[in-house]
Amino acid sequence: MYDSGKILIGIIVFLILFTSPTWYDLVFGNPATKPNLVLPKKADQKECVMSTEYMRDNHMELLNVWRDEAVRKGDRIFITASGKEFEMSLTKTCLNCHSNKAEFCDQCHNYLGVSPYCWECHVDPKTVEIK
Amino acid sequence: MLEHALKGTKKYWGWLLFLSVIILVGVYFYYRQFNYGLGITGLSRDVTWGFYIAQLTFLVGVAASGVMVVLPYYLHNYKAFGKLTILGEFLAIASIVMCILFVCVDVGQPLRMINIILNPTPSSILFWDTVVLSGYLLLNVIISHTVLEAERKSLPPPKWIKPIIIISIPWAISIHTVTAFLYSGLAARPFWMTAILAPRFLASAFSSGPALLLIMVFIIRKITKFDPGKEAVKELALIITYAMCANVFFILMEFFTSFYSSIPEHIQHFQYLYFGLDGHNTLVPWMWSSAILAIVSLVFLLIPKYRKNEKILVWVCVAIFISIWIDKGLGMVVTGFIPTPLGKVVDYSPTAPELFISLAIWAIGFFIITVFYKITLSLRKELVT
Amino acid sequence: MDKNRRKFLKLAGLAALGVSAGKYIDIIAKDTAHKIPIADSLSNTKLPTVKVNPKNRWAMVVDLNKCLVEEGCTKCINACHKTHNVPDIGNPKDEVKWIWKEPYENAFLDQENYYMTASLEGQKIPIFCNHCDNPPCVRVCPTQATWKREDGIVMMDWHRCIGCRYCVAACPYGSRSFNWRDPRPFIKEITPDFPTRTKGVVEKCTFCDERLAKGLEPACVEACTTKALVFGNLNDPKSNVRELLKENYSIRRKPGLGTNPEIFYLV
Repeated sequence: MYDSGKILIGIIVFLILFTSPTWYDLVFGNPATKPNLVLPKKADQKECVMSTEYMRDNHMELLNVWRDEAVRKGDRIFITASGKEFEMSLTKTCLNCHSNKAEFCDQCHNYLGVSPYCWECHVDPKTVEIK
Repeated sequence: MLEHALKGTKKYWGWLLFLSVIILVGVYFYYRQFNYGLGITGLSRDVTWGFYIAQLTFLVGVAASGVMVVLPYYLHNYKAFGKLTILGEFLAIASIVMCILFVCVDVGQPLRMINIILNPTPSSILFWDTVVLSGYLLLNVIISHTVLEAERKSLPPPKWIKPIIIISIPWAISIHTVTAFLYSGLAARPFWMTAILAPRFLASAFSSGPALLLIMVFIIRKITKFDPGKEAVKELALIITYAMCANVFFILMEFFTSFYSSIPEHIQHFQYLYFGLDGHNTLVPWMWSSAILAIVSLVFLLIPKYRKNEKILVWVCVAIFISIWIDKGLGMVVTGFIPTPLGKVVDYSPTAPELFISLAIWAIGFFIITVFYKITLSLRKELVT
Repeated sequence: MDKNRRKFLKLAGLAALGVSAGKYIDIIAKDTAHKIPIADSLSNTKLPTVKVNPKNRWAMVVDLNKCLVEEGCTKCINACHKTHNVPDIGNPKDEVKWIWKEPYENAFLDQENYYMTASLEGQKIPIFCNHCDNPPCVRVCPTQATWKREDGIVMMDWHRCIGCRYCVAACPYGSRSFNWRDPRPFIKEITPDFPTRTKGVVEKCTFCDERLAKGLEPACVEACTTKALVFGNLNDPKSNVRELLKENYSIRRKPGLGTNPEIFYLV
């Protein structure tokens, strides 16, 4: 073909750019730190509403169920496996213990580049950020 | 078939570029609206539907009007419309796409729109509007694609397309009836709650839609070798005449029931539109322009000498299109809210972002029509090359 | 190179530039975050154990003879708007209100009367959602973001609302407000145990369903010092509201529309 040299160079440049997500961090190093979750130190509350394994994988599912139960059915009480009663509320229950959103929730969310829009309405009592 | 859209004259690409610039400006303003909220428009707590929904209402009518060429050709074998039916279907597709876009820019949380499908609510007319509009779009896409493919292969279209085309005829009536039902079932808005709203919508659709089709036919005839024939133009003009008669008649019916009954709830809206209410008269000049354009067009249409004069006919079509755009658009939608349920008169006028976004959506519609018509005419080798 | 191939490569290069430019627009357009004051503690440690009872039919009686709105009292409005983080936008175009004062002639448009009782003429009265028995807003909502609960309350689900404003068009009483912009900058002091809303959703009075779940009366009823607002169960023949309605003449707003409003005004 004509101009095969220029085309070949163009293809190589394109491939380098296209695969950059895979090699960039290896070459230039990655300053992003792994999430460092600070667990809450509440004296009166030793356990979460569900187990850690469940929450790590499914807390979004749980919050969706809480949302529909509390708002649409009017059932606001959640009973844990050990029989303890909690109100189904992000601000009043979850953040009651995990009161520092930046040291807990945001650690994983920021690392994964996830921004759940719950906080547009539900209040984080420590700070309120406006976009 | 798409390759026909990628080859064109400088004028073709220039026109597409012009439309693209308008679209990009609109995209910018929509980005601003998405971040700020719908408060960037002229809408308020009292007048919650305005320019966007006005365009939606008007364009559903234009989409439905495709049936005016499809019905005679397919149901009554009226051969003269043979060259026009596919153009009518493409106009319908472009109009429905514009309708959907106007809904998308009007809702407060567009990313949640799928909730309508995830939580179907048969009691809500908006749900049914979504169903019928999507269905109509699907029908027209299937029909126009199949028929054009057949034309390209110089074969008759496959037999199974005939029942689908027949279904599209009552479906076209249904889309505009359902859109009218959005308004005419609301006890809260006496201006809209009238049984004649759906017939009014259909009559105005069947005059404004074919008027637009005729304007486009005249433009295309000037710049290409396309000619649907004198018979088709004459018949279309006749359809527009009868539809416009019905439309004006229906409007006069509204005047009678309101003013003769003297019920303030009914009169006040017409007072606001045509005479002003409590010192608010933003829409008065618009409504009188619409009325004058309608009467003058009707006079020219009813006199055969003028109706058959194509030089006059094209301007009459422009006048009808503008008249109905005013009357069915802002004239109908905004006035439902004025006076408010609490008896106050609140003004509304669209803001610049609102207008630029709307203009961009119209440009998208014209972009779609241009591309589709280009493909069709290139296929039929009716272009001036 | 062939003319078409060259065109394609030019276009591809431009496209790549355009895609990367988008990222920078995002960074430039982000506003700076700032904090607004929050009420100090999370009030009410009471658990909301009261469930929805379909045998109830909640309603409100507004005694206009006791109401001091005319004298400038806004305790019910303040209590409601503070408890529920209703923003104070400050202009009639974008305003959001769940309960507010309206002149009698506007609230009761169908009570046209040239020669009115002096006590009622021009009197401002508190109006809010009527929690109709046959609500047109519920009928038209395409996502059931507003629905009628078994105990009669017309509820709002702000997670599901798409902001189409069909309910606003359908409400004959003007009870509903749309969030035309982000409400948070306009809330003087946020009450943390109730969420704010976001731009693009419709909101209105929900008869304080979150308080009812705790066995408390609605905020406006609790705040009213003259007991002009009376909240009760219409299905209980011995309830406070039923007694009041038996002994006093009451009117409702636009009863002829068939919406069956459940807010009764004692004139």
